[in-house]
Amino acid sequence: MRRSLVIASFALLCFLCANAQEGVLAHQVDSVMAAVGHGRLDSMQYIQNVIIYGRRPYEDVIPAQELTGKQLEGLNSHSVADAVRYFAGVQLKDYGGVGGLKTVDIRSMGTNHMGVFYDGIQIGNAQNGQVDLGKFSLDNVEAISLYNGQRSNIFQSAKDYGSAGTIYLRTRRPKFTDGKRDNLNVSFKTGSFGLVNPSLRWEHKLSRAVSLSFNSEFTYATGKYRFRYMRHYSDGSVAWDTTAVRQNGEVRSYRLEAGLFGVMSNGKWHAKAYWYDSSKGIPGAIVNNVWKHAQKQWDSNFFLQGAYQRKFTDRYEMMFNAKYSRDYLHYLNPDTTLMYIDNKFWQDEIYLSTANKYTILTDWDLNLSVDYQWNSLDATLTGFGYPIRHTVLTALATAYTWHGFKAQGSLLYTMVNDRSSARFDGQVVGRTSKYMNKVTPAVFLSWQPWQERELNLRAFYKRIFRMPTFNDLYYTDMGNITLDPEYATQYNVGFLYRLLADRGLLAGIKLSADAYYNYITDKIIAVPKGTGQYRWMMMNVGKVKIRGIDVSARTTLNLPADIILDINLSYTYQKAQDYTNPSDNGDGGTYKGQLAYIPWHSGSVVGHLNWHDFDLNYSFIYVGERYHTSANTRENHEQPWYTHDLSAGYLFHLGKTKLKVSGEVNNLFNQYYDVILNYPMPGRNYKLILKFDI
Amino acid sequence: MTFLLSVLLSGCREEVTIFLPEHVPVAQPEFTDIEGFYLLCEGNMGWNKATLDYYDYAAGEYIRNIFSYANPTVPKEMGDVGNDLGIYGSKLYCVINCSNKIDVLDKYTCQKKAQINIPNCRFIRFYGGYAYVTSYAGPVQINPDYEQRGYVAKIDTVTMQVIDTCLVGFQPDELEIVGGKIYVANSGGYMVPNYENTLSVIDLATFKEERRIPIAINLQCVRSDHRGVLWVSSRGDYYTRSSKIYAYDTRKQQLVDSIDCPVSSLWLDGDSLYVVSTQWSYVSMSNEFSYAIIDTRTHERVSDNFITDGTDKEIVIPYAVAVNPITKDIYVTDAKDYVSPGRLYCFDRYGVKKWDVRTGDIPAHFAFLGNNINER
Repeated sequence: MRRSLVIASFALLCFLCANAQEGVLAHQVDSVMAAVGHGRLDSMQYIQNVIIYGRRPYEDVIPAQELTGKQLEGLNSHSVADAVRYFAGVQLKDYGGVGGLKTVDIRSMGTNHMGVFYDGIQIGNAQNGQVDLGKFSLDNVEAISLYNGQRSNIFQSAKDYGSAGTIYLRTRRPKFTDGKRDNLNVSFKTGSFGLVNPSLRWEHKLSRAVSLSFNSEFTYATGKYRFRYMRHYSDGSVAWDTTAVRQNGEVRSYRLEAGLFGVMSNGKWHAKAYWYDSSKGIPGAIVNNVWKHAQKQWDSNFFLQGAYQRKFTDRYEMMFNAKYSRDYLHYLNPDTTLMYIDNKFWQDEIYLSTANKYTILTDWDLNLSVDYQWNSLDATLTGFGYPIRHTVLTALATAYTWHGFKAQGSLLYTMVNDRSSARFDGQVVGRTSKYMNKVTPAVFLSWQPWQERELNLRAFYKRIFRMPTFNDLYYTDMGNITLDPEYATQYNVGFLYRLLADRGLLAGIKLSADAYYNYITDKIIAVPKGTGQYRWMMMNVGKVKIRGIDVSARTTLNLPADIILDINLSYTYQKAQDYTNPSDNGDGGTYKGQLAYIPWHSGSVVGHLNWHDFDLNYSFIYVGERYHTSANTRENHEQPWYTHDLSAGYLFHLGKTKLKVSGEVNNLFNQYYDVILNYPMPGRNYKLILKFDI
Repeated sequence: MTFLLSVLLSGCREEVTIFLPEHVPVAQPEFTDIEGFYLLCEGNMGWNKATLDYYDYAAGEYIRNIFSYANPTVPKEMGDVGNDLGIYGSKLYCVINCSNKIDVLDKYTCQKKAQINIPNCRFIRFYGGYAYVTSYAGPVQINPDYEQRGYVAKIDTVTMQVIDTCLVGFQPDELEIVGGKIYVANSGGYMVPNYENTLSVIDLATFKEERRIPIAINLQCVRSDHRGVLWVSSRGDYYTRSSKIYAYDTRKQQLVDSIDCPVSSLWLDGDSLYVVSTQWSYVSMSNEFSYAIIDTRTHERVSDNFITDGTDKEIVIPYAVAVNPITKDIYVTDAKDYVSPGRLYCFDRYGVKKWDVRTGDIPAHFAFLGNNINER
């Protein structure tokens, strides 16, 4: 304990000497808390960390919510989706099971307004705009950050300005200690749902400046788990109670990632290749008389991406990103009692980006970013439009710092051109071309009134839109070529308070709270269309107003006997109302009703205890009552759900090799619940994890 | 803190109780031979929200969601997507499409007496002690182009067993029984753009498909008037060929008329064919509606809007129509956005609104209950 405090103080000192800028202190406190919270890190590693942070020329005007290192490891999370549930303001739509679709929604603005970035470059899905975070394993992820509005750091690509909220996934960068040239990590996970999940990572130092990493993972699960539905009489006795096993949830997936990382004087670069392939059953909705389904899905995602960043002069810094990706999706409904569906989709994307930062004065920077993107979608659908999209994004941003005051403003200019040609039986029946130009602004402010006190007041305004997806525009029958973008406007005020107390029980406190008002206009929703059952048309008719509060708190305690306790709390209140249809008010109407699946109250508690080589983690997630449509009637009501997860791990030192053995119990109290109507979630489940570091 | 505590206390899970019916008084009591009507609400696919509502004329009360109260021990309630409703003998038959079954209820108490499993079942009609049900899910043929014909199941209403099946066309929807024959509207809805365009004719005695009568693509409704003329609706292809009504004379065995009138739902009352429709216009990019009456004697459209008091402007998606055979009150349902509770509007015979009430999701299928009426 004493050692870590010494390290902390030493680091603090180094840091303050190296850079007296106010903003840096903030990172300092975080880093120290992180270091203390993570227990034993050797001093070299830690100081390197701090220095890396210290050299970072900017810090975000409004910092992210972040999960890193041990904290992330302790969360009993299999995928990125499980982990982001701990962020304030986030709602996860989870269809259950290892292979179930998991998408997130920040501050009730809808999944399509979320950007997801993998090592600095956005993961796109021009087809439906949704990124399934359940597909992203935490195995190779080192940090997850969530930004509301945008990352308020101007030196970034134009795409970083282009979403209403952004999640950044940062994969592990090779680090070598004590003259090592190779790191090898092997892990194996097994447990409930027939899970078999081995993974391997190899890091190799090619030269002083270049290193290589290779990571591969295989996941198999039967996806079988018990679920239970029941109803009671009003006197409390049981009316019906039924337990069954979830079927058709089998998952098999492979992931391969290889990366090259380089540093040079005043710069760095990396290149990476990613391949993911999966086949899975779609367990489907559990309805009366139908307890299993037969639908299957095959996905494969491949991308190559690279980034190069260099400071050419004291005033000019440049970044270049490029990506090519190809995604394949195959959906099969072989159920002979239903409509036979066998559809295949291929998406291609080419992306090029450059960001240029020029320092006008010491405290005044300007950035110009230009991105170009090309998307295409091919499908085995009759009457499909085979769209191609060209997008040019230009972002002009400036940042100014004056004493404790920081301001950033940005303008994003988006040009989109879509071309499609609908074909029936090989004949082109209609060509379309659609142009769109939009300019959208954002302003971020923060103010630290007292230099000696880590209290930051902050505010932001942002207006952004999401493009209609290819499905919205061109999907056979329901697509609507005349769609306009859907706008999200956000206002946010809040504060962040940080205290580093390097004595006594308390190591540090961090507290933040934000109040926000968002409105969504021209929301793209499916409107019933014409004769016949269940036919829809996508229309820009929705309108939503969201008022919310996000609160998060973190504290680290140095308990006696070298025990370190780290506690994180988050709480979200959201009143997300549907203003789409003013005439549908009163008696079971949707007007001003709480949006589908948005709870008024939600939150989480995470406690992490470390004692020498032993870790204990407890996490609790709470999602309050909700309705599954914005008609808030008793038939549409959904009960709150909350799960308690527990994990414990011990690190064994076997010569130079380290072995960490952990066990997890998730949903400790075996609560049977649905996140999405009729998609049952697993009850109590277990996992055993073995991790070798060689 | 106190706020947090109160949140924690009020935020716990509760045991979910079965839904009790909600009684909504809407009108003055009315006493005729018709005691009431059931209204089956479809519910969105995958949501398991098929619900049954009932209107009680003697009480002037609309009773919402009666199934779980009558059948509290049935797991997962009525099921997924109610598709048709019929009363025969002492029973109420509820065809629940995506739950692959027909719930047979007592027509007064609504207590479940039997369940008949038929995959992808669609519509039901009765004749001579048997129920006939269309299904999309005929036997699978080994075929690279995967085609699966539908069938009609013959159910003994005493044993509640399927005793025979007869293959028809692709994706058969409504059926009608007249003159010793079953006429089945083949839609081919899964075969887009290669829709079916025929009525299948099944001989009641042999229960074999005799022939196909070409009418128009994507057939949906088929109703017989008392002169043996079948009123058949085509959904069209939603693009160039629009929805239409055809008249087929079963005695002359020929197509006698076609009327340019789009159809979402039909109701035949005496010589009046009530038609409501929603038709998407790619010109205005909105739905266009019609509330028409066709005189089955003259084949003339005698009304373009049987709602005369402007209430039609409140209706978002007119989905179904029914007429009380005695009082001639007209009922029109509004399916709204398909995922919110719908509404039922009651109009008098002159098209003036008497009352309206909230229903389950997608209110769609009516069955009148009473004496001396033709319970379909």
